[in-house]
Amino acid sequence: MATAVKNTHTKNMLLDLKIMGPILALIVLVLVGAAMNGNFLSAGNISNVLSRSAFIGIIAVGMTFVITAGGLDLSVGSMAAFIAGLMILVMNGLLPTMGAGWPLVMVGLLTAIVAGTAAGFINGFLITTMRIDAFIVTLGTMGIYRSLVTWLADGGTLSLDFGMRAIIRPIYFDGILGISWPIIVFALVAIIGEVVMRRAAFGRHVAAVGSNDQVARYSSVNVNKVRMMTYVFLGVLVGIATIMYVPRLGSASSSTGVLWELEAIAAVIIGGTMLKGGFGRVWGTIIGVLILSLIGNILNLTDGVSPYLNGAVQGVIIILAVILQRDKKAEG
Amino acid sequence: MSDQLTLSLNGICRSFGPVQVLHDVDIALHPGQVHALIGENGAGKSTTMKIMSGYLAPTTGELTLNGVPVSFMNSQDAEAQGVVLIHQEFNLADQLSVEQNIFLGHEKTRGLFLDKAAMQAETRALLKRLNCEVDPSARVQDIANADKQMVEIAKALSRNAKVLIMDEPTAVLTTREADVLFEQVEKLKADGVAILFTSHKLDEVKRISDQITILRDGHVVSQGPASDYDEDQMATAMVGRDVSSLYPMRAGEVGTTAALEVSGLTVPGFAEDVSFTLHKGEILGISGLIGSGRTEMIEGLVGLRSATGQVRLNGDDVRFKSPSQAQAAGLCYLTEDRKGRGLLLNKGMRENLTLQSLPDFTNWLIDHAAEEVALTKAIEEFDIRAPTRHVAVGNLSGGNQQKLLIAKIMLADPSIVVIDEPTRGIDIGTKQQIYEFIHALSAQGKSIIVISSEMQEVIGLADRVLVMRTGRIAGEVSGADMTEDKIVRLAMGLDAQKEETV
Ligand SMILES: Nc1ncnc2c1ncn2[C@@H]1O[C@H](COP(=O)(O)OP(=O)(O)OP(=O)(O)O)[C@@H](O)[C@H]1O
Ligand SMILES: [Mg+2]
Repeated sequence: MATAVKNTHTKNMLLDLKIMGPILALIVLVLVGAAMNGNFLSAGNISNVLSRSAFIGIIAVGMTFVITAGGLDLSVGSMAAFIAGLMILVMNGLLPTMGAGWPLVMVGLLTAIVAGTAAGFINGFLITTMRIDAFIVTLGTMGIYRSLVTWLADGGTLSLDFGMRAIIRPIYFDGILGISWPIIVFALVAIIGEVVMRRAAFGRHVAAVGSNDQVARYSSVNVNKVRMMTYVFLGVLVGIATIMYVPRLGSASSSTGVLWELEAIAAVIIGGTMLKGGFGRVWGTIIGVLILSLIGNILNLTDGVSPYLNGAVQGVIIILAVILQRDKKAEG
Repeated sequence: MSDQLTLSLNGICRSFGPVQVLHDVDIALHPGQVHALIGENGAGKSTTMKIMSGYLAPTTGELTLNGVPVSFMNSQDAEAQGVVLIHQEFNLADQLSVEQNIFLGHEKTRGLFLDKAAMQAETRALLKRLNCEVDPSARVQDIANADKQMVEIAKALSRNAKVLIMDEPTAVLTTREADVLFEQVEKLKADGVAILFTSHKLDEVKRISDQITILRDGHVVSQGPASDYDEDQMATAMVGRDVSSLYPMRAGEVGTTAALEVSGLTVPGFAEDVSFTLHKGEILGISGLIGSGRTEMIEGLVGLRSATGQVRLNGDDVRFKSPSQAQAAGLCYLTEDRKGRGLLLNKGMRENLTLQSLPDFTNWLIDHAAEEVALTKAIEEFDIRAPTRHVAVGNLSGGNQQKLLIAKIMLADPSIVVIDEPTRGIDIGTKQQIYEFIHALSAQGKSIIVISSEMQEVIGLADRVLVMRTGRIAGEVSGADMTEDKIVRLAMGLDAQKEETV
């Protein structure tokens, strides 16, 4: 039985454009990029593209769970900016007492994780317990975090102390075996996310809640808890993404993380997760993230098309992905 | 005559992917006749009806209207030619009002504007004709199932159907409501409408049909005038074995220890001051009209609704705030609404089967192999007939969905189980299997509550029957007292004194 199951599965996979679509698009993009610029496939460029994808990618993995459960989170970009600002303020503030060094870095990391968890919890609480629509709640928190970071920076930029910058720089720029930390963390998050979605009870529950929350409720699934967990999970991942981000520039401002939420949501949708919930796949999201950042990279490397058209090309890809997703409904 | 139609299927075959579900089906529907299409779950009744009404195209074979070959492009095309299907599952827009649903896609207009007055008048007339008291401006999501069925029928009437096809129209109706429907069927018949219907209630089939076609595994196995068949013959032809003794004899004694004691249970707005005791190994029936609060009372009990009152389980005081707490204590509820609350229609059988008891299949990660084993077992034990193992559950036939739902609850291994409408939409052969299964459970010392609108079912199955009326327990009958007459009296609130003098 097991082999028969597998056979039909692979056969369907080859035929099914919905599954193959994103992978094909990624392959085409790589070929196009390689044809247009000799540097495209260089280790340096690949590493650069992957490191930059890491922020959105880590967030998009969490977003996959939120969307699969039938939710949405528009606040992640502002949340990242706010957490970055907070992290910098805390580290700068404790610098005189603790001195520059790894203990202070640890406090910074902890701040980011705690703030991310709290922010996710607040979104989840308002959406589940207070039963306010996810779109409205996260639209609200999006505005709140963006405004808070602008206020904290007094309209300008929050900069990390120069000594500290040198200490935390390696978090973004170093790595092991030539692979930078953001790429490693991104890969870990992706693998864990994929396993949880596909093989853990939580992933199954997330899909059940997104597919029909009444059925989930009647099947003894704690619907609110599952929904809440997806937002908290996403908040933690935003915290982790911010930890990767702050060492890169050492600063945060009101323009940090702008439009990240849209890129993350777009990556999720391109990857084949259903916007209305009920079905999600993390590996698809990873491909979506790579597609989006490759488009930007190719436009930057080639002369023919202006990089200012980046958004337009991404927009076309997103719409195409949704057209591919249209599904014939079950008859009967 | 152009306003009378004869619709025929000639040599119709239909496949879904590699699976052929209809083989050479021939049926002719004549004006002024009621034709019954019966068969087991998954025999292909709904598929046949969808082909007749333009929802599905046949793979091979031909349809004729008054002898002229036709091919319907879609259901609108079929409706335009006078062929209307009422689906097995409701096909109403939940957010729209009754009136808007009836005229959906056929709105009456005056100039550029909707002619609301005319539509309202016609809606009232149609509902009155059906003895249905629902408010035309009520939203469909707020009305009862039986009323929804009446709205479906009103909708079909408003389309001026010459061929009316009804897929299990009485599955959600009580006997009384079904009677109203059959009166309408008689009227339509007199008007020369050709009618095809299906039902798993063979007494109805016997009562109202003129012609009968019996399907088994997609083949027509028997066809002829209804007078040639009695119920047993129909059942035997459908199932392929004798099913005349539907209800098993009680094997063991009912226990005397209380498994569940409920006292003063109140579910605001639905049930008030409900008290009863369920013994170990007992099968307790709950009867009552639709809307009498049976379902809501139980939902309050298992933590799906907020409720007050005292509940003792095996002697311990309990209060369930969620179904998972109830399940942990060994109490499970099987919903009557399999599509809306029971199954994830776009997921496969495996995911659905294990959803309620996922922790048993999880040790850090879900054990897919164990799930497959459980599915194989369930398919065998409950005789679930699926075209392939991987179909989306929404593509299973209605009865097979119900069997999967029962399998899902049983996987949680409850010691007390409440089954709401256990055999709605289930064929007679499977009914027998399910009844035997319920008896086997009780023989193992498990306690079962059966909520059912089918009077015969509660009487045949239960040791004792509670009758509910407007949210309260109106009375209890057991032993020789368990008669349809007694139960109906209690359900309708005909008082006890009167009963004595009769
Ligand atoms: N869209 C579909 N895709 C695949 N298989 C289907 C589809 N629709 C129906 N089937 C299969 O065709 C068979 C016949 O189904 P159908 O719904 O006609 O049965 P039925 O006689 O109406 O049964 P029931 O009494 O349970 O309603 C079943 O095995 C069903 O699973
Ligand atoms: Mg059917």
